[in-house]
Amino acid sequence: MSTAAPARAVTGVDRPGAAAPRRGRGRLHGLQWVGLAYVAPAVAVFAVFVLYPLYRTFYTSLYDYDGLTAATWVGLENYREVLTAPELREALLHSLVFLVFYAALPVVIGLALAGLMSRIRVYGLTVFRALLFVPQILSSVVVAVSWRWIYDVQGPLNDLLRAVGLDQLTRGWLGDFSTALPAVGVIGTWVEYGLCMVLFLAGIATIDREQYEAARLDGAGPIREFVSITLPALRPQVSVALVLTITFALRNFDLVWNTTRGGPGTSTTVPSVFVYQDAFQNREVGLASALAIVLTVVILVVVGLVLAALRERGTGARAARGGARA
Amino acid sequence: MRTTRQESVVTHALLLVAAVVAVYPFASILLLALHEPGSGTASSGLPDGIHLSSFSTAWTRGGFASALTSSAVVALTVVVVTAALATLAGYALGSMRVPGGKLIMGLLLVGLVLPYEVTVVPLYELLSSWGLVDTYLALILPQIGLSVPLGVFWMRTFFQAVPPSLYEAARVDGATRLQSLRLVLLPIAGPAIATLATILFLFTWNEFLLALVLVPQNEAVQTAPLALSFFSGAARNTDPAVTAAAAVLVALPVLVAYVFLQRRLITGIVSGAVKE
Repeated sequence: MSTAAPARAVTGVDRPGAAAPRRGRGRLHGLQWVGLAYVAPAVAVFAVFVLYPLYRTFYTSLYDYDGLTAATWVGLENYREVLTAPELREALLHSLVFLVFYAALPVVIGLALAGLMSRIRVYGLTVFRALLFVPQILSSVVVAVSWRWIYDVQGPLNDLLRAVGLDQLTRGWLGDFSTALPAVGVIGTWVEYGLCMVLFLAGIATIDREQYEAARLDGAGPIREFVSITLPALRPQVSVALVLTITFALRNFDLVWNTTRGGPGTSTTVPSVFVYQDAFQNREVGLASALAIVLTVVILVVVGLVLAALRERGTGARAARGGARA
Repeated sequence: MRTTRQESVVTHALLLVAAVVAVYPFASILLLALHEPGSGTASSGLPDGIHLSSFSTAWTRGGFASALTSSAVVALTVVVVTAALATLAGYALGSMRVPGGKLIMGLLLVGLVLPYEVTVVPLYELLSSWGLVDTYLALILPQIGLSVPLGVFWMRTFFQAVPPSLYEAARVDGATRLQSLRLVLLPIAGPAIATLATILFLFTWNEFLLALVLVPQNEAVQTAPLALSFFSGAARNTDPAVTAAAAVLVALPVLVAYVFLQRRLITGIVSGAVKE
């Protein structure tokens, strides 16, 4: 808690006005060029290993390039292929399905449970929080191995089905064309719902309890209470949860690669798997680059839209209260 | 608050279910790994005793001693270097008016949400032209670059939160900027840097795609998640208990650290995420 407090306080109270001008006036006017010396090492590493590769990917996306022989300029041809090739369209469609499993469901589950918890005094909150966060700390490969076992023909899920007499439903869930996509989706829901809950619980802790008391005196039921108090107050947390889960859903290389590799057939392919396969296995580096750029643009646009849609309007009061309590 | 006892019981029950579901997948492979290898069908139940032979099989066959060492070397180096770079940059961006500061923050912000997929291909070409593919540096250098945005945002927020009077006092005492950082600010930055280090360590330890692309051939530098991915892929047809044991071995160091650091980690991620 101690580490978070000063940081949070600054967002809520200091930053919008107080601190910066006072500091600036006291110390000097104008810019401080020496600051560049402090920033330079970090920016240099970032430029060489992130910005330059980003530029190179864009550059390569305009060429037909197999990674070995000379590249030929093809203009936007790779982009045309990305947007029209049926297998890539299918992959984008899978990404949309994963958005539901990886982003929408976890946020809804998180909100529902957090809403319930806002109404009571929760015992053992620290322990619950620590347990709910476990999926976030495990390596995606460990997660994949665990769920491959759960979905295995001999695994716990099928054992459970047999135990309750639903033998006809048993199958290898990740190897079945009709169930592989939702099966991988459920893994994503599992990875993210705890994160969402923990985020929302932190948000609820900053809501003034008196608001609930007042609402109850007015005769508000649980639903009204949730819609008119809890949900608006959680706007920043919902926005963060969506940004994190949407990014995770649209990337989604690790889990797909380590559970199904896009199979069976093409039933769980996603763009990032094609990026890897086209670049390192099929030697279609130009196409892979165009796909990677499209994926990046989609992520940036969706994240931008979410942030814009959920930005807090007319803040000040609420943020300051959150800050003061932290 | 007046709510019924019944409501409290129901909510706690739901919370308990959510928590059990969160830990069940790991528990299921732990149980599987404790089975006698080759016990086959009834493996999803409780084992009939504690058998550790799957662990020793996985340990020797999967080369996890070397993989865990690699992960530790890579993660520790990335954390230490990133924390140092981020502290310097965050100090400047949080307490000075750096020329082009807005532009720098904007670029770093893009870096925060950038999918690694878009950088891996040129990274591979860049590092192979330097002869670094399949070495530790191939994992360390790019991950420092990718960790810098988070680190700089984190440390900048910290330095902005330092009371201006502290900067003032250091200046009045005649301290140079570097001296203020070293003697006045670093001593109080400990908790912020420790939380950042914990988060970066976790991300780096678990990174998979970069390892897959940048150290594909050299087993000696492969990290634990990559080794597990290869091992579980190759072991598809062998005993599931051994694969499960391998996964437990890879997860164990992180879980043990988590037991001690979970409070710092969770508060850090939750507050850090909402800030940006």
